Amino acid sequence: MILSEQQARAQIRVDLQLVADFIEPNSRVLDIGAGDGALLDYLVHFKGVDGRGIELSPHGVANCVSHGLSVIQGDAETDLSDYPGDSFDYVILSQTLQTIHDTKGVLSDMLRIGRRAIVSFPNFGHWPLRWHLMWSGRTPRSKALPYEWYETPNIRICTIVDFLALCDELDITVERSIAIDAAGRSRRFRSDSWVNNWLAQQAIFQLSRDA
Amino acid sequence: MIADLIDYLMAQSTDDDSAVLAPPYSTTNLPGFCVELGREAPLRLAAGARLGSFPMAYQTYGTLNAARTNAILVCHALTGDQFAAEPHPITGKPGWWAQIIGPGRPLDTDKYFIICSNVLGGCMGTVGPRETDPGTGAPYALQFPVITIGDMVRAQKLLIDHLGIERLFCVIGGSMGAMQALEWAARYPDRVFCAMPIAGAARHTAQNIAFHEVGRQAILADPDWRGGNYYDLPRRPVRGLAVARMAAHVTYLSEPALHRKFGRELQDRGDVSYGFDADFQVESYLRYQGSTFVNRFDANSYLYITRAMDYFDLAAEHGDGVLAKAFTATPVRFSLISFTSDWLFPTPESRRIVHALNAVAANVSFVEIETDAGHDAFLLEEPGFFRALNGMLSGAAEQFGLR
Repeated sequence: MILSEQQARAQIRVDLQLVADFIEPNSRVLDIGAGDGALLDYLVHFKGVDGRGIELSPHGVANCVSHGLSVIQGDAETDLSDYPGDSFDYVILSQTLQTIHDTKGVLSDMLRIGRRAIVSFPNFGHWPLRWHLMWSGRTPRSKALPYEWYETPNIRICTIVDFLALCDELDITVERSIAIDAAGRSRRFRSDSWVNNWLAQQAIFQLSRDA
Repeated sequence: MIADLIDYLMAQSTDDDSAVLAPPYSTTNLPGFCVELGREAPLRLAAGARLGSFPMAYQTYGTLNAARTNAILVCHALTGDQFAAEPHPITGKPGWWAQIIGPGRPLDTDKYFIICSNVLGGCMGTVGPRETDPGTGAPYALQFPVITIGDMVRAQKLLIDHLGIERLFCVIGGSMGAMQALEWAARYPDRVFCAMPIAGAARHTAQNIAFHEVGRQAILADPDWRGGNYYDLPRRPVRGLAVARMAAHVTYLSEPALHRKFGRELQDRGDVSYGFDADFQVESYLRYQGSTFVNRFDANSYLYITRAMDYFDLAAEHGDGVLAKAFTATPVRFSLISFTSDWLFPTPESRRIVHALNAVAANVSFVEIETDAGHDAFLLEEPGFFRALNGMLSGAAEQFGLR
């Protein structure tokens, strides 16, 4: 079945659609945590992107390569250091930030090998999570963070404010920002970020090195 | 020491004289094609020797398209040959990649033109120690120059030139075939669109050199080897070659696979014999592997080809010791596959190549397939392997504009 771009776009997760919209056509893209390859597949076929991926799970990699995508089985925390500087236009880290041990190292590497980085993550400052913790006293869970505290791979959960503070500390420029609400709608990112920090379930940022 | 071992093993076998005395097979009238290469200019080998006008035997499957863009070069492993997808002319067994090459298979002969040539130094029609030296009229034997993987690939390139193919869509192979695919990419990056090294490595490890040495010593210790000059004699060094094959065969499998297949089961007997007969099924199996191998392979070829693998070190040859430098600015697309239980060419060797390719921002995919079949998995119908191979080829074909 041949899909139109709109149909193909509609088939990928809503946050990935928004990430895809950030990417200039015909650019060079590295997708870290490529998963089943849905985003990369869309970018390669509809944006003419020279796309590569890294994925930790053998199952995910098998799925990606069986769809003809250039994906390697590997670990972002050890493998990013191999790549030369400025080898990509965009390096994408979607919904993976919270699983990484060396957050600063990975962010720095992303902006070393890519001119731009795109990072999306679940916002731990979202109001239902705060409410959940305050009301029940238990570690919050949500659709984006579904695991019990004792088995979660999400070891570095952060809020939007946390993340922006880290970018500031690392001299990273935030070029574009999108907040996604609980219904999956994108919201204009408001400059007074504490509001986003309450209302956004997820956030997507386009980052670059400070000039 | 090894000669003693051979005597021990072979004295037990009753039917072994027939194999020793069997006349060597003939390479005239084999199916497929044979071309004289190196006529205009001799092939200069890494060791310094020159090969002028030498035969190269090859086989093809499928049809070359009008634009000559759908050619895939399949590189065979140490003991393989050009009969990748058809019953072997000597043994009658199915081709070593019959399940991979064919209509509707991963290497689809309705779509691609498959070329498989017998390697330089081989014993199925391409020039090697058993072929006649035009200078003397006798078989080369040990007068044949020592060859390298690079020499094999440069000879293959003459064949591809001869076939009028400007750029191969793909060079693919497992084990030693993977070494050739990597060598092609490093040596002729503009002549290859994608390279698919499977269960391979960019260098032969010390452990692998050690195993090869065991095999070679078994051949050299066979009294019928006679310094390599056995071609005109009634007895061939089949006992040494069989032991070499037996030792090597163990390295192609895995402990779990051997255990699953044989365990400690006894061969046609209720109890152990307290002797050196093949009590265990695994012994009987290995002896069978050794005894059938000698009917289709030449002992001197085994010496030469294992040596070529030992010498293989892509980083040293093309990158001043840095593997990434062998691929600087490469336009080649790479797809690598390794297998979890392969301890001969283990996953870290493939990963080394991936790291080097990442360092030059090459286009690379890599997947490790879960299997207990060991190194031999690349010859077997593993579903995950086929799925990956299909995707890698169709992805590359799409990028190459092949329909």
